Amino acid sequence: MSLPVLKAADFASDQDVRWCPGCGDYSILAQMKKVLPELGVPREKIVFISGIGCSSRFPYYMNTYGMHSIHGRAPTFATGLKSTRPDLMVWVITGDGDALSIGGNHFIHVLRRNLDINIVLFNNRIYGLTKGQYSPTSTEGQVTKSTPMGSIDHPLSPLSVALAAEATFVARSLDAHVKHLGEVLKRASQHKGTSLVEVYQNCNVFNDGAMAYAQEKKQRADNVVELEHGKPLVFGKDNEKAIRLVGTHLEIVNRNDVPDDDLLIHDEKDPNPSIQMMLARMRYPEMPEPIGILRDVDNVSTYDEQINAQVDLAKKTRGEGELEKLFHAGDTWVVG
Amino acid sequence: MQFMTTTKHVKSVSGITVRLAGDSGDGMQLLGTQLTNTSALAGNDVATFPDFPAEIRAPRGTRAGVSGFQVQFAKEEIFTPGDTLDALVVMNPAALVTNIQDLRKGGILIANEDGFTDKDFKLAKVDANPLEATVINDSYRLIKVPMTQLTRTAVSEHGLSPKIADRCKNFFAMGLVYWLFGRSLDPTLRFIENKFGKKPDVASANIAALRAGWAFGETTEAFGESYQVEAAELSPGTYRNIMGNQALAWGLVAASKLSKKDLFYGTYPITPASDILHELTKHKNFGVRTFQAEDEISAMCATIGAAFGGTMAVTASSGPGIALKAEAMGLGMMLELPMVVVNVQRGGPSTGLPTKTEQSDLLQAMFGRNGESPIPVIAPRSPADCFDMAIEAWRIATECMVPVMLLSDGYIANGSEPWKIPTLDSLPQIEIQHPVDSNDGEPFLPYLRDENMGRPWAIPGTEGLMHRVGGLEKEHQTGNVSYDPANHQLMTETRAAKVAKIAERIPEQEVYGESSGDLLVVSWGGTYGACLTAVRRCQEAGHRVSHAHLRYLNPMPRNLGDLLKSFDRVLVPELNMGQLRMLLRSAYLVDCIGYNKVQGKPFAVSELIEQIEALVPAAVAV
Repeated sequence: MSLPVLKAADFASDQDVRWCPGCGDYSILAQMKKVLPELGVPREKIVFISGIGCSSRFPYYMNTYGMHSIHGRAPTFATGLKSTRPDLMVWVITGDGDALSIGGNHFIHVLRRNLDINIVLFNNRIYGLTKGQYSPTSTEGQVTKSTPMGSIDHPLSPLSVALAAEATFVARSLDAHVKHLGEVLKRASQHKGTSLVEVYQNCNVFNDGAMAYAQEKKQRADNVVELEHGKPLVFGKDNEKAIRLVGTHLEIVNRNDVPDDDLLIHDEKDPNPSIQMMLARMRYPEMPEPIGILRDVDNVSTYDEQINAQVDLAKKTRGEGELEKLFHAGDTWVVG
Repeated sequence: MQFMTTTKHVKSVSGITVRLAGDSGDGMQLLGTQLTNTSALAGNDVATFPDFPAEIRAPRGTRAGVSGFQVQFAKEEIFTPGDTLDALVVMNPAALVTNIQDLRKGGILIANEDGFTDKDFKLAKVDANPLEATVINDSYRLIKVPMTQLTRTAVSEHGLSPKIADRCKNFFAMGLVYWLFGRSLDPTLRFIENKFGKKPDVASANIAALRAGWAFGETTEAFGESYQVEAAELSPGTYRNIMGNQALAWGLVAASKLSKKDLFYGTYPITPASDILHELTKHKNFGVRTFQAEDEISAMCATIGAAFGGTMAVTASSGPGIALKAEAMGLGMMLELPMVVVNVQRGGPSTGLPTKTEQSDLLQAMFGRNGESPIPVIAPRSPADCFDMAIEAWRIATECMVPVMLLSDGYIANGSEPWKIPTLDSLPQIEIQHPVDSNDGEPFLPYLRDENMGRPWAIPGTEGLMHRVGGLEKEHQTGNVSYDPANHQLMTETRAAKVAKIAERIPEQEVYGESSGDLLVVSWGGTYGACLTAVRRCQEAGHRVSHAHLRYLNPMPRNLGDLLKSFDRVLVPELNMGQLRMLLRSAYLVDCIGYNKVQGKPFAVSELIEQIEALVPAAVAV
């Protein structure tokens, strides 16, 4: 029996999409609908869980199972679900405020537990649904409704946090770079363990162009480096620039000046996240920002696998639990 | 096993209340648990009250560090661990000064003489040796025992360090107490062998200390006689001693088996609920998955996630943790998924009194969520009742697709009593059905209602039933997001009516005593035993007083209003400032009288009798 072949349209729910016209979320939704049919997973086996925020309306638009939960907690609902239903493919949809501010704790813990789910973090560096306050990823000095004199917070990088939690799959993509986004989502879905995909997403109402340096095709070549496993980090219009590791830091070099053997070769499989962390810390405008897969480490046990393995082992070694036996174990006495 | 019998005179008594008090490192809880088990195995009815500080090792020898364990064992059915003590064992001066007020005049006071040195007096902040005080010697039968010295002598041949040897002195005390109350050493000998089997020198030293304590009682001239409590006349069956949290955990395991569902338990450690986690995690072979979350919110949300997936999902905490779970609980109610939320209440507010009991989270359980968010609330009345009410919580949750709050408290969670082990066929069956695609071309309606107003529990993985749930208001039947004013009114009323309708399917309120009279005492939760005992005594004294104990708090039993109105007065004793009283007044317009205590301690029967007698006409001779 072969599975029915699904198309992107089969994954659209009957609900009207209500994001602002021009929002980057549309692109991510379109790529998700395009990628899912390629995975061969039946729709009823897929669950989207979100928190609160613009991005978190996502599950309503997918013809799968879904839960629009509460602010910041999506990873925890996913933990309960995936631990008890490892047969399901679970996606968490979240934003920079949802995952990194109110939900920061859960974000760290789901990653370190390595639950086998996929997290897509829509990063627009602003609170959109509450109409324009600064977020934990807003830049220092950014003027918003709640920071008229400029933000005094140092921004948080989701990739750095994820690597510090020793997440097993860490990636970044752009809503405007649809082909790249589709490929990264697909890779995330294939990874065993928690996959984190940060997507630079433009909020054209409250933070328009905040990441134009990466999003706009003309600027992208100089400001973004596309990571490829086993290959040097090259960028620039003519791939004329590259990255070299010097001591404990990275620097930009001109390829004409440096032999290829001296360039940093990207290793997404390195279990030691130190160099991957250096990549995550490359920030515009000093450095080009990496997109693609920073880290994809296999052979790390997943939480859902382990919690179920313990149950199986207990049943195997002690036999299926029987209430009679439980109640009568230990000291009892009989009243005639 | 060596069977030891006393050659001294044995006096038969109907019941004994004894408290063991010492430093929190002295092993008093162990001593108490052993005495309880041994008494239960002897066929007595037992009730216990462990009382310990929140600190694991409070400064040694200080009053703050005193740990106590009270047990009543009797040949008649009892419902409380007793008000006043017949005997008190104290290991140091701090234990003496903090507990002596509960010992009845003429009661037995056994003191570890070696724990009463100048250093100990200083730590306990007493000026002089209380064992030499006239008031102590005149009021009680003081028996001074050099327990530390005698224990050292008894275990000397086992080659333990003095520090380890001194740790055996609680077993010496145990041996002496066992002699005094005619208890068999056998269950404790078995316990020692199981517990210390891997350390044979420690095991044999503890056994030596236990026997030495027994022998001391038998030979010392300080005790002329020992006491015997005959077996109680409990209804026929097989019994075991059980603690409240253990019974609650077993009830959850039983409910999972009865409903053919695996159990997911998401929780965060908190006193006094953590023992439920410790117990459940032992039973993975029943399909139990325990998740120790990063915080209370995560524990609640993971529980909802598991419920969405079709698993029996449970979380537990105490007041502060329940406060953190409130928002997610509201989502659980909105999603209309079945789950159980356990609150083992402790003294509040804020961090409050973590190891002490209170009933002050009733209104939190009722109303502690934003918006109109009613959920069913039920409460066990005793340690063994935790088993039945855990099953009942899951039954109600699945019957009408709603989170159910199970309100236990520290007193019944840590207390223990004999539990008549149920036969499997006496337990309720819990039928659960998940819908499948009808293939009739009609769209699936996730918020269509059944006769109990519950909605279908359609779980991911089911073909054709894909749907989305969430915290935004749902459209009637379709479950789609809806901002329609009339729909919000309808859904709000529907969720409330669904919970109210449960009253049709729970038992009517039972009354102990006449169904009308001068006074009705209404109680809930862990105060059951004290209230029942007080009412019984007053009835025996000829008062027209009855007792109604509520196990269902939301909704309340359908006959409760009429019942309240059948009495001249209603007294509501609670370990809070009048929370049930507020609910009863608002629901039934009955002017209830409160008796409220928040001292971290359970009610004494005597204080309740005093309250009752102040409210009823003088007793009619019967």
